[in-house]
Amino acid sequence: MKRKLRYTGGFILLSICLILFSLLGILCGSSTVSWQQLTDILLHRSTDESAAAILLQIRLPRVLAAILLGGALSVSGLLLQCFFNNPIAGPFVLGISSGAKLSVALVMVAALQQGFVLHSWAMIGASFLGSLLSMGWVLLLSGRVRSMSVLVVGGVMTGYICSAVTELIVAFADDANIVNLHNWSMGTFSGTDWADIRAMSAVLCAALVLSFSLSKPLGAYQLGESYAESVGVDLRKFRAAVILLSSILAAVVTAFAGPVSFVGVAVPHLMKQLFGTAKPIVMIPAVFLGGSVVCLVCDLIARTAFAPTELSISTVTAVFGAPIVIRMLLRRNAHGAAR
Amino acid sequence: MVLHAEHLTVGYGRTAVVEDMTLTIEKGEIVTLIGANGAGKSTILKTLAAQLAPLSGCVMLDGREKMPPEELAKYLSVMLTGHIHPELMTCYEVAASGRYPYTGRFGILSQHDKDVIAAKMALTAVTELKDTPFDKLSDGQKQRVMLARALCQEPDILIMDEPTSYLDIRHKVGLLTLVRQLVREGLSVVMSLHELELAERVADRIVCIREGHIDRIGTPEEIFSGNYIRELFAMDEGGYEALYGVPELPAVRGTPEVFVIGGGGTGVPVYRMLQRKGIPFAAGVLHENDLDYPAALALASVVIPEHAFQSIRPDTLQRAMDVMVTCREVICCCKKFGEMNARNEQLLMHAKEMHLLTEDSLILSG
Repeated sequence: MKRKLRYTGGFILLSICLILFSLLGILCGSSTVSWQQLTDILLHRSTDESAAAILLQIRLPRVLAAILLGGALSVSGLLLQCFFNNPIAGPFVLGISSGAKLSVALVMVAALQQGFVLHSWAMIGASFLGSLLSMGWVLLLSGRVRSMSVLVVGGVMTGYICSAVTELIVAFADDANIVNLHNWSMGTFSGTDWADIRAMSAVLCAALVLSFSLSKPLGAYQLGESYAESVGVDLRKFRAAVILLSSILAAVVTAFAGPVSFVGVAVPHLMKQLFGTAKPIVMIPAVFLGGSVVCLVCDLIARTAFAPTELSISTVTAVFGAPIVIRMLLRRNAHGAAR
Repeated sequence: MVLHAEHLTVGYGRTAVVEDMTLTIEKGEIVTLIGANGAGKSTILKTLAAQLAPLSGCVMLDGREKMPPEELAKYLSVMLTGHIHPELMTCYEVAASGRYPYTGRFGILSQHDKDVIAAKMALTAVTELKDTPFDKLSDGQKQRVMLARALCQEPDILIMDEPTSYLDIRHKVGLLTLVRQLVREGLSVVMSLHELELAERVADRIVCIREGHIDRIGTPEEIFSGNYIRELFAMDEGGYEALYGVPELPAVRGTPEVFVIGGGGTGVPVYRMLQRKGIPFAAGVLHENDLDYPAALALASVVIPEHAFQSIRPDTLQRAMDVMVTCREVICCCKKFGEMNARNEQLLMHAKEMHLLTEDSLILSG
């Protein structure tokens, strides 16, 4: 009973935060919109065209992107942590986001040189391809090294290589749009339009529902793969599903927001602390909400802290996420669990 | 039969570890695998549990060769060696994970599931640990929770790989007593055990694995008599005393320096002390059915025996005397003398006259 109360409390808290920071995200910015204006615009009573445009075409999609992508990124992290049986795994840490970024940059630059701008779907496709490739690389690496720390170092290094190549491509590509590309490659929720939102929500909803439906085998997997197999989990199908889902979730995030660091590791950790459990059936929705809230807050900070200069989202998420990851690493070391 | 393996070859990749084994497990019996480290016990267990594909041959469960995974999970459960580290899971949740094959799409526990979990946790005496995080348990408690988890699958057969490793003696006995009780209720168990003396006591049948094949299958009485265990483990030195079921370190060979008058189990600690100190010694006169006799055979460089139920004869006494006079010291562990060992008392008197007799403490300082 106590547990149920804690779960309910946790979800209520997250929902309140989500609503609160969504509103803040819509209202705050370089031109502040008042509550009155907001209701007017939403009820189509407003005469202020520019305010309506800012709100509906810029702020609202951006807030929605932060909610969807932040949640997706965190769920992707949670899946990877289950898969590698390690709490410091995540799409950014393992270099999967960077692989997706490289792939998107390549396709984008190639497309720009041919003189057309990529559609949202093509971006997702390119990103998914890249994340699958780097996921494949990580799996290859994890077959070789048993130590998770080594795997993480390998992932981070892979991430650096991919980022370096991306930077090279960006530097040598000659196009006016390159400025945008540069912003994107640093990670940002800005520039999201409704077409993007439609595309990402379609893919993400499907992937999240599928992830949630995996919560039973994910729970069994927490005791290790041998026990999971012994209670009837089809390991081959399960592994394939987890790899594909975590890759697609990370890929969509990268396609639209670029690489966003540490959210995938820090949010699941925080949510496990908040809910006092690691049960996937609770954690998947909780981590999604938590990721949304964290990304909303980080985006708000990125936009407003040094306005009018906008920070990249990764700058903010790293400041809050990296210390959490370091603390987790230290604590694991203290436990002597070099699994 | 609950499980039947037919011409089964187990191993990894193309390397066979144990070849051509045929084995049947009946309902309500404990079959224990013994063998040297690396003999392939775990590999066999993994293959029997269908977690590892056989290289050739087949494993039939309930008379069928292929059982679908959902059915298999209700028929066979496992307890593996090594620790698990489930994140933030209580004991109840760990035990409940055994209900996996019975729950629906999202793994929600029904009232029946909850009843089963409660019953199994009560059976393994972990009910009061329900809300304790699994990570906080002692090794003995963890094994009992893992057993509850395995039983929650309501299996016909339970496969356990070294279930007693990491446990202290009390928990070893406790766990195996529980397993014995479950078997009486119809469960079949296949397990590997490191501790031979426990295998001897708990198993209905013992399977001996040696050099890539099943060397022998038999009852504990058949396996643990004679020198077979020494052979199985290729022990050149030391011994495994069948009567005690305990291993002894190799004897110190050479001309005896100390003579030990023992009997009735009083000699064993002294023999072991001398062996530790590396002092060769003689033991006598011991009846062949004496408690001290097997240990003396394993540890003494010279043993002067007497037939069972026979008073020590004069010529046996003479032989003992001959050995004793060459020793620098004599220890008498025997405090009581009766009709059968009356001549040991004479031996003691003789030692006193010759000022050879020492208290144990003198040996220690010498």
